[in-house]
Amino acid sequence: MSRRPLVRECPPTSWYFRQPRYLRYMSREITSIFVGAYCVLLVVGLQRLSAGPAAWDGFLLALRSPASVVFQFLALVAAVYHAATWFNATQKAMPLQIGEDFVPGNIISGAHYVAWGVLSVVVLFLAGVF
Amino acid sequence: MAKSHKPVVWFPFAAGGTVIAFCIPVIVLLTFLAALGHVPAGLSYDKMHSFAVSVLGKLIIFGVVALSLWSSAHRLRCTCYDFGLRADTLAAAVLYVAAIIGSVASAVFLLRI
Amino acid sequence: MTPLKERLVQLEVLRYYPDTDTEAHFQTYEVVCQEEWVVLDALNKIKADIDPTLNYRWSCHMAVCGSCGMMINGEPKLSCHAFLREYEGVIRVEPLAHFPVERDLVTAPDDFMEKLKRVKPYVIPKEIKPISEGEYKQTPAQLMKFRQYSMCINCMLCYAACPQYGLTPSFIGPAALTLAHRYNQDSRDGGRKERQEVVATHEGVWECTFVGACSEVCPAHVDPASALQQMKITSSIDWIVEHLIPGGKS
Repeated sequence: MSRRPLVRECPPTSWYFRQPRYLRYMSREITSIFVGAYCVLLVVGLQRLSAGPAAWDGFLLALRSPASVVFQFLALVAAVYHAATWFNATQKAMPLQIGEDFVPGNIISGAHYVAWGVLSVVVLFLAGVF
Repeated sequence: MAKSHKPVVWFPFAAGGTVIAFCIPVIVLLTFLAALGHVPAGLSYDKMHSFAVSVLGKLIIFGVVALSLWSSAHRLRCTCYDFGLRADTLAAAVLYVAAIIGSVASAVFLLRI
Repeated sequence: MTPLKERLVQLEVLRYYPDTDTEAHFQTYEVVCQEEWVVLDALNKIKADIDPTLNYRWSCHMAVCGSCGMMINGEPKLSCHAFLREYEGVIRVEPLAHFPVERDLVTAPDDFMEKLKRVKPYVIPKEIKPISEGEYKQTPAQLMKFRQYSMCINCMLCYAACPQYGLTPSFIGPAALTLAHRYNQDSRDGGRKERQEVVATHEGVWECTFVGACSEVCPAHVDPASALQQMKITSSIDWIVEHLIPGGKS
């Protein structure tokens, strides 16, 4: 009897609905759309800054449009989600062995969170938020 | 099977992913505050200009923008494939070129400051 | 001793008989089980009492042999490790995703076996020495460096969980690449350069997008996702050494 195995294809456009963890993965990947778009906004901001005080003030004013407020909010959520997934992954990408034992992953990721928090507070302080 | 040249695009992706994680959330928070009408003092023209006019400031701004752009472009390329778009070479070309144009533009604007 | 609690379990099992079928279909069975049983026990009861034509693989019944991997309610699981008490209602049992179905719940592992060979999953000694010089010694720290990755039981759940393997079947995949990493990390081994010829190709680590599903479903806690990320970093460093540092070309 010859073999006649049945091939069941992975649906290329809808596979991520198969398991909740795939949706979590896709939401991590989709943050790149918002972060990428936000980077474009940063480039525009640099252009405005280089064009002088009036242009820069106009840029800051334009940020206040309702569409911009919504976009900034989405970008903030995406950036924070990216950061959390990235720091959680550091323990997988860079395990650290000291002597016989590996440093617990939570400590590696936790150290990144602490550094992130400190850096963010410093930037906010330098920017005069408090 | 030859070894892949993927590190060329992956290394800056990994570096950019780290930069995004550490820097972008707080930057978005600043512009979000500005969008809500509470413009932080540091976002005034004088403060921003004096930061961007220094060599260190230019390097920091360029590093953050260029690496974040690249990282987003690379991840978006993979996402296109994940959504079923099989024209990977086209997606890669469009996105990487866009990231490079954005980086070059940033450099030009920074040098004008 | 209190008597075991009985429960009527409904299983929806994928059937495929290659001699007559062109497509697979689901068949529903109702079988009286003990609450403490696993899905594999229910299948054994079906085969013994209801339908002897049902085909599936199993051997050890203790999550060691890696034979009884199946999709249970869409999740890759060892059926000997899937407790009935964790499921409500109809339990859907399918063969491992991403592998061709040989018959019913039996899949064809040929592709994985071929890839496993390609990564040379054995110690390639750094230096060959005669037996008279004694064993190759290793410190506990050197052992711990790779021990976790040596726990793989080749059950292929990680392949069934990995969407990139499903979408791009040429991908070498989680378990095989992780075994390459296991031997690369071994202090007695000198074969990394040979394995890189497979690991550092497009079909090697670069097909991985760090979904992480492999590590979540692994019954032996091997963490293939971690191994692959580490190999992406070392492969990138290799690339820099080979292409950007003068005289670094190996």
